[in-house]
Amino acid sequence: MKMMIFAKRCTKEILRDPLTLCFGLGFPLMILLLLHTIQSNIPAALFTLNSLAPGVAVFGLSFMTLFSATLISKDRESAFLQRLYTTPLSGIDFVLGYMLPLLPMALGQSFLCYLCAILLGLPVSIHLLFSLIGVLPMAVFHIALGLLCGSVLRVKQVSGICGALLTNLSAWLSGVWFDLNLAGDVFGFVASLLPFFHAAEWNKALLQGNAGSAVSHLFPILIYSTLTTIAAIYCFLRQMKKQ
Amino acid sequence: MLAIKTTGLGKRYGSLTAVNDVNLEIIQGELFCLLGINGAGKTTLIKMLSCLTVPTEGDAVVGGYSIVHEARRVKHLIGVSPQETAVAPNLTVQENLALIGGLHSLSRKEMALRISELCQQLNLSSVLQRKAGKLSGGWQRRVSIAMALISRPQILFLDEPTLGLDVIARHSLWEMIRSLKGSVTILLTTHYMEEAEALCDRVGIMQNGRLITTDTVAQLCSKTNTDTLASAFVSVIQEDLL
Repeated sequence: MKMMIFAKRCTKEILRDPLTLCFGLGFPLMILLLLHTIQSNIPAALFTLNSLAPGVAVFGLSFMTLFSATLISKDRESAFLQRLYTTPLSGIDFVLGYMLPLLPMALGQSFLCYLCAILLGLPVSIHLLFSLIGVLPMAVFHIALGLLCGSVLRVKQVSGICGALLTNLSAWLSGVWFDLNLAGDVFGFVASLLPFFHAAEWNKALLQGNAGSAVSHLFPILIYSTLTTIAAIYCFLRQMKKQ
Repeated sequence: MLAIKTTGLGKRYGSLTAVNDVNLEIIQGELFCLLGINGAGKTTLIKMLSCLTVPTEGDAVVGGYSIVHEARRVKHLIGVSPQETAVAPNLTVQENLALIGGLHSLSRKEMALRISELCQQLNLSSVLQRKAGKLSGGWQRRVSIAMALISRPQILFLDEPTLGLDVIARHSLWEMIRSLKGSVTILLTTHYMEEAEALCDRVGIMQNGRLITTDTVAQLCSKTNTDTLASAFVSVIQEDLL
């Protein structure tokens, strides 16, 4: 119950920030529209909707890291978190209260992305629903990464690392905008070590009805999500005790 | 009956001793004021008593419960207004109050009653529906104190509550604090001697992490042959340094 009260507060804080809505929802949709327009003006099939839409949906999740990290680091710096530590909220209430509100936001963002893609011509099928649900493991990774960064970084560092660096990493290493093999073996190898490429491939496969052949892409995502969540909970509880 | 009793309470950060062997007793309903220059250990002491920081030595009993072993029980009894105005900026004043009330398990009916009472006490009605982050520093401080009071705490910790307030706002807050005297045990830190003189039943003076004396303002002035608390404070601090 207390956790839900706190989660409600976190939801309001995030949704009432106009920059959040602007970047979190507007930016991925703008990219989707832009690349779709480019596709309609070139002969090669570079940005077809059935591979572009899941890619952009996965890319949009990187903003969840920014939202959660910014909220937590602001709470830490403003002493608001200190006040909350003097209330009967437990450590797990804090962790869940920060993480849970972002899951429906991540789903909502992906839903809007697919809705926009449908309006642009993406055929409606049951696979759309699978792909939408399929973003969840990667959403957990990004939300946990936000909890981790928010627990150890200051607000200014969060905007640099989670805002600029992570969104760029997520974009360039996902293989959504270009074929990673074109950038050389090292680039492809590094991308294969990180979860962004696997998340894009997993969601593409789900949308195209090839989930069975893409399970190998799901494992790295699950491993990253689990390890990041464990590290995030550890770092948050550690900074809580360090008060 | 004692509301707060500390026994050899201390806090070390590596080689730095922030609070050292503090033995303090505050009776129920008393308004006790902690004085000291910057870095004396006042805020660290409040942080320990409000279960924000775990002591490295000793223990304290707050409202009948140990801050080391029964922190969760202590948290149900206390209200804290930190030095910085700690409000949720994108929530309205009412939502901020409801948040803290909810975390202390207040029912809807009780919450509405408390919000209405606090609006009267702290003149918050005009800003109740405004976002807390858009308010001036003075208003935010009032909201911060209202948040500390929403759960009807038995023990209230106010860390420099009037810092940054103008004279009028300060005096109106003094009135509010006075109105709580007797019903709530208050531990307050301040740099304003006139504030301590006007409000407190007893004062404690801290220096280098130690609580060097506790007494009433009148007794302190009498012991140091001074007329004001400010002079008595300087005298006590200088004597301790010798």
